[in-house]
Parts: sequence; structure tokens; C-alpha cells
Amino acid sequence: MASVFVANLFMGNVESNTSSSLTMTGDATATCWSCGTMRAVHFCSACGKVQPPVPVDYFTFFGLSRKLNLNTALLEREFYELSRKLHPDLCARADKREQEWSLEQSSLLNDAYRTLKDPIKRTEYLLRLEGVELEEQSKAATEKARAAGEIKKQVVPPDLLEEVFELNMQLEELRAQKKLGEDDPALVEEIGRQKLELEEKYESLSEELKKYWDEWDRLPGNATEEGRRKVRDKMVDLLNRRSYIRNLVRDVSEVLEG
Amino acid sequence: MATDRIVGIDLGTTNSLVAFMQGESPVVIPGEDGLNLVPSVVALDERDQIIVGNAARKYLIETPERAVYSIKRLMGRGLEDIQEELQLFPFRLAEDLHAGEVLRITLGKKTFTPPEISAFILRQLKRNAERFFNAPVNKAVITVPAYFNDAQRQATKDAGRIAGLEVLRLVNEPTAASLAYGLDKKQNGIVAVYDLGGGTFDISILKLHDGIFEVIATNGDTHLGGDDIDNLLIKIAIDDILGDANLDVSRNSEVVATIRKAVIETKIALSSESATEMDIELPQGKRYQREITREQFEQLIQPIIDRTVGPCKQALKDAGLKPAQIDEVVLVGGSTRIPKVRALVEELFQRKPHTDLNPDEVVALGAAVQANILGGGSEATENMLLLDVTPLSLGIEVAGGVTDKIILRNSTIPASATQYYTTQIDGQANVAIHVLQGERELAKDCRSLARFDLKGIPPMTAGMARIEVKFLIDANGILHVSAREQRSGKESEIEVQPSYGLTDDQVENMILDSFDFAEEDFRRRQVIEARNEADTILAALEKGKKSPAWGQLTSDEKKKIAKLEKALVQTKGEDDYSAIRTAIDLLNQGTMRLAELMMDTAVGTALKGKNMDEADMGEGTETGHPVARADFE
Ligand SMILES: [Zn+2]
Repeated sequence: MASVFVANLFMGNVESNTSSSLTMTGDATATCWSCGTMRAVHFCSACGKVQPPVPVDYFTFFGLSRKLNLNTALLEREFYELSRKLHPDLCARADKREQEWSLEQSSLLNDAYRTLKDPIKRTEYLLRLEGVELEEQSKAATEKARAAGEIKKQVVPPDLLEEVFELNMQLEELRAQKKLGEDDPALVEEIGRQKLELEEKYESLSEELKKYWDEWDRLPGNATEEGRRKVRDKMVDLLNRRSYIRNLVRDVSEVLEG
Repeated sequence: MATDRIVGIDLGTTNSLVAFMQGESPVVIPGEDGLNLVPSVVALDERDQIIVGNAARKYLIETPERAVYSIKRLMGRGLEDIQEELQLFPFRLAEDLHAGEVLRITLGKKTFTPPEISAFILRQLKRNAERFFNAPVNKAVITVPAYFNDAQRQATKDAGRIAGLEVLRLVNEPTAASLAYGLDKKQNGIVAVYDLGGGTFDISILKLHDGIFEVIATNGDTHLGGDDIDNLLIKIAIDDILGDANLDVSRNSEVVATIRKAVIETKIALSSESATEMDIELPQGKRYQREITREQFEQLIQPIIDRTVGPCKQALKDAGLKPAQIDEVVLVGGSTRIPKVRALVEELFQRKPHTDLNPDEVVALGAAVQANILGGGSEATENMLLLDVTPLSLGIEVAGGVTDKIILRNSTIPASATQYYTTQIDGQANVAIHVLQGERELAKDCRSLARFDLKGIPPMTAGMARIEVKFLIDANGILHVSAREQRSGKESEIEVQPSYGLTDDQVENMILDSFDFAEEDFRRRQVIEARNEADTILAALEKGKKSPAWGQLTSDEKKKIAKLEKALVQTKGEDDYSAIRTAIDLLNQGTMRLAELMMDTAVGTALKGKNMDEADMGEGTETGHPVARADFE
């Protein structure tokens, strides 16, 4: 049915955010649509009815400030408690409108929980809230380049430059050997060793990230934009390195297994 | 107490069941034949009446072109997806079928879509429940394999609607099983559900916490199950027969159906015995006999059951768990009765699996628990809440034929993602979106869910439009898409047209047909029952005429009886239930004195009341109703 003219409009995808509600704030002063008492944010504390969703960011949804150190056990408990109020299963007999709200509220709840419970996703999300365009955001572009057989246009982190250069040479060699049906166990082993090293580095970056979390969380409320940007930049840099290493590991695995 | 009865239905590849929550525990509702399992077999009898379940099984052998089994394998799939199935299963596709069209299966001279055939099974279960409650049943929870994609789920929901059921929720089979398990055990911990059924395999890992059943990861294969074992053994038998007896039976669907029956019996026998013999009668007076030991059997099926290992490992990895962190492994599905499967599970998870639950029934029981929760809950289900996940990542195609994943697999549902689109050309009114499901990077390797045309974009210069498209996976695992153009001042809703599966209009039409069917069914059953009763009384009357008592009647009485008899014979041939009923009552009254006389003279059986039913029924019991045929099997 789609005309040829329409068919090449896949290019139309300009953004890739997985949330539309990054900058809006909630309205906690409203009253319950059903019983008129002051309501809790997502459901009525008096009658339990699910309330129309108010677009808020994920931190606000859980009543949290934008801090990166987060008690995930508490978050889980809160997630379960809210699920018991908002889940569509509990509204199966409610009117269509409340069912609709329940669906939206619980999808927002699930999206928020999924993002916040994961340290990396949480950091990326906060950075995006802060207006940062992560390189990770251009994942689609990276994938596109991969599909076209091009080399990713990701910038190589300076401290990895030498290592990556070496590794790429070896990968080239292995690819060539594989094409000829040759077998070089020593080379395979060497590449495998480097892959392991990269994976270790990848893990250690998560630990490093936590240092920056502390820095971020310690920033006073009146911190200057300059001060905030400094911490943000450190986190962005780390996340970019991290995603670079991840892609590299994936490439290595492909060559080893391919 | 909920006013509506909501039943739980396990719509299986091989067998289907209906269950409900009786007080504090779920129970399976048996069919009229007293059996809990309704084989998922649908046949069209010689009078073009639909037969379902045990009664339909004999048609698989006698008139294979009028019967179908394992229809679940075709749910939500297109012609291009099922080439493998067509090699292995005797599905008869409609001849005028085109690629991209919803499949149609031929039964006799009629064709039906997979959702319609599934609806026949659902309608039978609905009827079983209605007979049990002696009240209408219109709402249900239906289970689906956890690894079912959007189209397969949609097709199942359509089947429910066609059968006249409001499907309140689709629940994943392993998750349903965990509900039944959890209701029983009331323990916190990590549970893995290994579900190897007739045609599908699922593995789900759940966290049970104070009544919350949170699925952490799920994986599976929607084309792996007991069917595959059957097909393998059938192939071996066919090869053997060709080799030993020089007889090619592969195209003889009756013989293949007979082999299939024998193979299933062999499989079942080998779960408890160390050896068994297959003995199959062949055409030309030949015979196929072969002893098969459990050891041989286990060697044969190893490659099949090994296919469950990958999904289990992936699910563990996705859950971030080691086998040792699993507190219990629950076995579900008939194929987990096979000792070798149990051994494999034990090895994989390093613990003896939990086998207390009936693997055939636990999914339906769990569906009943979920039905109870949706109906408002009871003391037993208080605090129970299921948090399930989407088994497959949802993506959209971006430039270069690449999939951009927007909702990752194992995301708790409902889940949503929002994407923004713009136009490339001045005044462009449409934007095409290709929605995909799957884990692969390239769009062509993922399952195409739908191609949407966003229509009605207000005229603007290129790049000015900002179209917000919201993708939402609901609690059934079904995708909803809505779109809005944000910059045109008015936030116009944009029309979204899915291009896969049955359209709403088609489903509506099938529902209308099914209403006719349902009423027709009921009416037909009444007529058939009345006819049976008429035959009984007429047969008894024939006996009465030969008895000495007959001679004691006046000629007026005889004339009157003859008149009433004639009236009943005539109305019996018509389809008017109340007319038959009246004629029966009149003849009953008219023969009252004859019956008394017969009793007085102690000749024959009493001619009235209940005793008559026990009298010789004679020949010619007409029945088109599936239930009434159950005894023939
Ligand atoms: Zn209220």
C-alpha cells in the first residue's frame, strides 16, 4: 500500500529518545477525579482509584531527586507497592477511562523502574535530562554504518589508541587467514587474551563511574553550571569509552566466532 | 464475589483445557465425556458439522482431509513463515492462497483461518464451562507461549473474540504455571519454569516476592515440542517401511495418521517402560513391527531436547543469574514426562525439578488463578500480582535496513517508547514506519510486525513536522501505536494502519458468523436431543404394538395413537425444537393407558417416564453434536 514516494522516508527518524517526558513536571496538587479528596500523585490515597497520568520525569515519578546514588532495594519495594496500585490487572473491572490511565501509569512506572534500577541507564538518563547528547544516542547511526560494512565513526578514546590499533591489525590478519581457510591458534589465543582484558576494563569502568556519581550527588543545590558541566563531562567521557569498548568486544567476538 | 464468571483457558497445541477458581483452589472443568483434556483437534463431519476434541480424533485417521491438529503452529503466521511446518504436518492450505494473506486451511470443501479453527476449540471449552455452571460464560483468560510474538498473540485474541469470549488477558503459559505453583507453595524465591509442550518451548525465570510474581527473563522456541519428537519417529517408521516392505506410505495420509497414533503411544509407553513394540497394520496386508528401547528413543530425541538448552542459558544470562541461584525448577507440559527431559533439566539447573504438579493441567489452573485476580480476587489470591515481560525486542527499521530497538526484550509490560519523525519533502502527507520484533540487527532478519502509514500530516515545509509516535506494549504483550503531529497547532491524531493479520472488520464478520454458530449450535443441540427422545419413544411404541397390551386398546385409542405417532414422525424431520417437544408430550400422554396396560401385564419395559430412556434406543440416533459423539472413540 505504501507508495514508492513514501518508502524512502525511513530517513524521517530524527530522534531516538525512549521517553517523551523528559522535561515536564508533575502536578501533585490535584484532587481525585472519583472522590474529590487530595490525591497521591498516581493514585488516590483515599479511594485507591488510578489517576490520569501527569507527564513527569522518572525521578519525579518515584518522588526522587536527581541523584545518582540510589538504594535499589528501596526502589524495588516502591516499584512493587506502586504496581499493586497501578497495574492493569487490578483495574480489569474499572471503567474504560480508568483502565486507560492504569495502562499508561503502569507503563510509565515500568519504564521508570527499568531505567533507574540499572546504573548505566540511570546515568545516561540523568545526563539526557541535563541536556547532554550522548554518543550512545547515535547508536542507530553506528548500526547503520555496521550494516553498510563501514567502520564505526566512533572516536577512539586516546588512552586506548595504541591498543586498539594493534588489535585491529590482528583482527585484519585473522579475517584474512579465515578467508584462506588457514588456522593460527597462537593468534586466536592472543586476540582472545586481549578480548578478556577489554572485558575487564569494561567492568572496571562501572566502578569508576560510581566515583563521579558521588561527585555529582555532592554538588550543592546552588552549584554553578560550570561546576555541573565538569562532572557531567567526566561521566559522558566514561560512558563513551565504555560503549566504545563494548562495540570493540562485539567486533572481536564476531571475528573469533565467524 | 465477581458477578461474571471468568474462566482460565489453556489453548494448547495438542490439548486444551478450561479451569476456574472454585473457592480457594483452581479446578479443571471436565468435558461431557468426563475428561479434562480436550484434544486440540477439529474436524468437519460428513454433514459439514464441526467436531472438536476426542470425538474429532477418529477423523484424523478416517478422513484426514476433513480434520486438522496442531493448528496453534499456524497462529499469526504467514505463508512465508510456515514452509517447514508444511513439510512436517498435513496442513491443507486453501489453493487460492497468496503470500501476505492470512492463512486458510481446507476442511472438506470449506476453508477456515487458524483463528477460526482455534475458535472452534475455544467454543467447545466455553460450552463445557457453560454446562458445568449451567450459566453463560463470556469472559476468559487465555494462555499463550511466552515466546509468542505480537501477531501470534493477536491471532489468539482474535480466536477468543470469534468464539464469543471477551479475552480479559493473555497470560504467558510458564507464568500462569508459576501462579498455580505459587498459590500452592507461598514461598519467596527464584523459580524457573521449564515448559515443553506439544509444539512450543518456553523457559521463564521469575522472582516470587510476597505475592508479586515478577518475570525476570523469558526465552523459548515457538516451534519446538512433542510434535517434533512425533515427526522424527514418524519419519523413521516411514523410512523403515520403505526399506523393509518396499512400500512408500509417505503420501498416504491415512497410514501416516495411523503411524502417528502408534508413535505417540510408543513415546508415552517409553516414559515408564524400558522397551515397547510398535505394531502398525499397513496396506496390502503388510505389517510394520519394531521394538524400540528407551535407550534408542533417548538417543533419537537428544538433538531435539538439546534445542532447549540454548534458550535456558540465554534466559539465565539475561536474568543475570547462575543456575545455583535458582531455588526451584518447575516442569510444565506433557513432554516433561519424558525421563530424558527431566535428566536434562536436572543437569542444566543442577537440581531435581519440582514434579508435583500435573504438567498437563498446571497452565490452565494458573490461568484460572489469573482470571480470579482480574475478577477482583479472593482470599486465596489476595496480594497476588503478575508482572510479566515482553519476550522479544521491539524495533523500527531505520535507514540502511537496520533495526533500531526501542523496547528491549524482558522489559516489564506494559512498556512504552516514543519516537519522533519528520517529513523529507515539502507538503508530504504520509510517513511510513516499519515495526519489527526480534533480536537481530538487520530488519530483514527480524519478524515484521506491521508497516504503518502515518497519514494526514498537515502540509508543511520539509523537516518542519514533528510527529510523535508512541509504541505501547500492553499487559497482553500486544503492541499499540498512536501518533500525533505536534507542530501543526492542532494536535491532530494520525491514522495508523497495521498491515498484518486479520483486520477488525474481518474479525467482526467472523464474530457475527460465530454468533450464528453459537445460537445455531444451541438450537441444533436442542433439536438433536429432542429427536433422540422422539426416536426412543417411537421405538418403545413399536415394541408396545407387538405386546398383548396393544390388543386391549379400543380402536379409537389406536387411531388416536397412530395420529400422534404420525405427527411426531413428521415434526421430527423438521428443525423446530418446540414442535418436536410438543409432539413428544402429546404422544406420551396418548400412550399413557398403553403403558399402564403393559405394566399390568408385565410385558416389556414401561412406556413412560425415565424408564423409557433406558429402553432399547434402536438404530438411527441422529446427532451432529460433538459431545454426543464422544462415545464412539
Ligand atoms: Zn479518590
